[in-house]
Amino acid sequence: MSALGATSGEAAAVETATPPPPRGLNRTIRGTQAVAGWLFVAPAAVILVVFLVVPIVLALFVSFTDWSGLTNPLTGGAHWVGLDNYKSLLTEPGLTQSGFMTSLRNNFYYVLFVVPAQTALALGLAVLVNNRFLRGKGFFRTAFYFPSVTSSIAITLVFMFLFNPSGVVNVLLSKVGLHGPNWLIDENGLFQVVAGAFGVHSTPGWAQHQVLGLSLWDWLSGPSIGMCVLIIMVTWTTSGSFMLMFLAALQGISEDLDEAAAIDGANAWKRFWHITLPMLRPTLVLVITLGLIGTWQVFDQVYLLGPNNPTIPTPAYYSYRESFANFHFGVGAAVAFLLFLLIVVLTVIQRRLLPEDIQS
Amino acid sequence: MRTRKAGLLAAVLAVGLTAACSNNSGFSDQTANQTAKPTAGKTSGAHLTMMIASSGDAETNAVNAAAQAWGQQTGNTVKVVPASDIQQQLTQAMAGGSPPDVFYGEANMFQSLVQAGQLAAIGDQIDNPDDFYKPLVQAFTVDNKFYCPPKDFSTLAIEINTKMWKQAGLTDKDLPTTWAKLEADAKKLTGNGVTGLVMSDTLDRVGAFMVEAGGSYMNADQTQFTFDSPANLKGLEYVQKLAKEGVLKFPKQVGMTWGGDSLGSGKAAMTVEGNWIIGAMKADYPKLKYMTVPMPSGPGGPGTLSFTNCWGVAAKSPNQAADISFVNFLTSKDQQLKFADTIGVMPSRSSVKDAFVADNPQQKPFIDQAANAVPQVTTVGFAQAQQAFDQQVINLGSSADPKQMLQQLQTNASALLKQ
Repeated sequence: MSALGATSGEAAAVETATPPPPRGLNRTIRGTQAVAGWLFVAPAAVILVVFLVVPIVLALFVSFTDWSGLTNPLTGGAHWVGLDNYKSLLTEPGLTQSGFMTSLRNNFYYVLFVVPAQTALALGLAVLVNNRFLRGKGFFRTAFYFPSVTSSIAITLVFMFLFNPSGVVNVLLSKVGLHGPNWLIDENGLFQVVAGAFGVHSTPGWAQHQVLGLSLWDWLSGPSIGMCVLIIMVTWTTSGSFMLMFLAALQGISEDLDEAAAIDGANAWKRFWHITLPMLRPTLVLVITLGLIGTWQVFDQVYLLGPNNPTIPTPAYYSYRESFANFHFGVGAAVAFLLFLLIVVLTVIQRRLLPEDIQS
Repeated sequence: MRTRKAGLLAAVLAVGLTAACSNNSGFSDQTANQTAKPTAGKTSGAHLTMMIASSGDAETNAVNAAAQAWGQQTGNTVKVVPASDIQQQLTQAMAGGSPPDVFYGEANMFQSLVQAGQLAAIGDQIDNPDDFYKPLVQAFTVDNKFYCPPKDFSTLAIEINTKMWKQAGLTDKDLPTTWAKLEADAKKLTGNGVTGLVMSDTLDRVGAFMVEAGGSYMNADQTQFTFDSPANLKGLEYVQKLAKEGVLKFPKQVGMTWGGDSLGSGKAAMTVEGNWIIGAMKADYPKLKYMTVPMPSGPGGPGTLSFTNCWGVAAKSPNQAADISFVNFLTSKDQQLKFADTIGVMPSRSSVKDAFVADNPQQKPFIDQAANAVPQVTTVGFAQAQQAFDQQVINLGSSADPKQMLQQLQTNASALLKQ
C-alpha cells in the first residue's frame, strides 16, 4: 500500500479496469477545464462577435445594396444591387471612380514615403537611445515616444497652425529669403514640381491619357505639398512607438557579438549592417507590416485636412464621406472591403519578399 | 380610458428603456401604438419627440419655450432633443425604425427622406400656405406635393468693414450695387495685406454671381439642370476676373476658414455671407464695425442665394394629427416672429416681414432680397457633384477653366436625374 510500485500498480489496474468516461456529461478534469475555459472566454467572445464579426458581415451585405441609411436594411429598406457599387468604383467612369482612384493614388504616395521614413527614423532613434554611453536614456525614450500618445487630432490642429500661410514655418522660411507655399491647400504634386524645375511645365501629350478616371500626369504626380505636411507629421508621430519595438529587440542582441566583430576589425557601419540589422529582421518585418496596415487606413489627420485639399483624402476618408455625407452607404462599405483586400494582398507580398525567418 | 393610459405609459416606459439601452444619443422613443394609421392619432394627451440642430442656447431655449407653450395649450407633451449631428442622429433614428415625430428637415437631406418614404407630406394641411415665399415652397415640393413648410431662411449679402471703407475714401455713392462698382471697390480696398473681397470657395457663394448674370440652377419646371448656360458662364467668368486681378481671394488662401473670420481678423475688407454672420460677429468680433448691403445687380438683374430648411414630420409617426397641429403652431406668424427675434433667422412668411424688420433693422438687406433668392439644389446625390465643383473654385484665380467646370457640373448633376 505504501510502496510506490504498489500504488502505481493499483493505479494501473484501476486504469485498465474502469470503463471510458461517459460521453456528454464530461466529468473528467479535462472536461471541466474545457467548460471553464469556454466560460472565461465567453464574455470576450460575445463582445467580439457582436461588435466585430456581426458588423463586418452586415457591412459586406450593405456593400451589395444601395442602402441610403434612412431605412432599415434588414427589413427590406435596402435594395440588392449585386456588384454595382464595386463596378462604379472600379470600372464605370464617373465621379465615384475618379474620387476613389484619386484617394488610392493619394494614399499610395503617402504609404510610399511614410513607411520607409518611419521605419528608418524609428530604427535610427532606437540605435541612438540604445547606445551604451548615452546618459538619460529614460528621458530620451519618453521624449521620442511622447508624440505617439498625444491625441492625433490635437497634433494635426497644431500642425495646421504651424503650416498656415502666415504661420511659423512660412515666417522662418521668409527669414531665409524663401517664400513658402500655402502648404495645406497646395495641390501640386512633388514629382510635378521637380519636373517643373527641369522645364516640364504643362502636361505633355502622353501624360494626358486617361487611366481609370485620372490622367497619367495625375497618377505620377507624387504626394502633393499638402500631403507632404501630413507625411512629415505622421512620420514624427508614429516613429516613437516603433522605436520602442526596435529598442526592445536591440536590447535582446548580445553585446558579445558586437565586440567580437570589433576585434575582427569591422567598423561601426559594417557591424550595424551585417550583425545588428539581420538580427533585427523579425522586428523589422513586424514594423513594416504594422506600418503598411496603419498607413493604408489613415483617417484622423485626413478628416481635418482632407476637406480643403483634394490631394489628401484617402480611401478610409472617402468611404466615410460617401456614407455619411452623401448617403451612399453601399459605396462606402464597398470601399472598405476593397481596402481590406488591398492591405491583405500587400501584406502577403511583403511577407514573401521579407520573410521573418533569419536563415532564408 | 385609465387602463389605456396606463398601458400607454407602460409601453412608453418599456420602449424608452430599450431605446435608452440601444441608443447613445439619449432621446426616448415615442408611444408604441402600432395600429395607428398615418393620418390618425390623438390631438391631446400625445407625447411627441422633436429633434433639432441647435445653433446654441438661444435656439434651444426658444424651441423649448414654443414646445411648452403649445403643449400647455393642447394638453400634449413634447420632448425636444438638440442633436449634436442631426444628419447622423436622424439617419440612425430612421434606420432604427423609431424616428422623432417632428424634426428639422435640412435641405440636403430633404430629397433623400422623400425617396426613403420617411417624410410625411403635410403641406396641404398647413394654414395659409400662400403666405410663404414661393421659392422656399418650391424647394420643398416634389411631384407637386408640398411636403414640409419652410421654417426660416437666410440669404447672402455683402458685409463691409466700415473703417477700411472710410479709409479708402469710399462713400455711399460707391456702394457695390453693380458688378462694375463691386470690382472698383474691391480694387480700392486691396492692399497692405488686406484683400478687397474674400468669400468661401463653393458653389454656395459663386452661384450668387451666376444668378445675377441671369443664370439658374434648374429650368422652370425643375426637370433639368441648366448649369452650362451662357449666363452662368458669364457669372463665373466675372468671379474669375476678380480672382485673377487679386482683389478676390478665398478664405483658405488667407489662412482663414470662412468669410466671417476673414472679415473679423482684418484680412478682408468685404465678404459674402448670410444672416448667420450677425451672430458670429457679435460673439467673436464684437468690436468690429461693419455694414451690410445687398448683393450687386449683374447683367441679369439682382440675385442671391437662399438657404432654408423645413419642419419635417416623420411618415411613420403615429401622432400625425398632433404633429400637424404642432407644426401649424410653430409656423404661425407670432411664433415665427418670436423665433426670428430670439435666434436671428428670417421668417419664411412674407406677412411677418415688416414686423421683423422693425425689430431687427440690421437684417433688412438680407430679407429685402427674398424675392430674388435662388434656393439650394436638393436632388439626391448633388452633394457629390458640388464637391467636385467646389474643389476647383479655389483655382479660379490661376488654372481653373470656368466653362469646363460648369460643363462637368452639368454632366455630373444630370447623371443624378437619370437614376
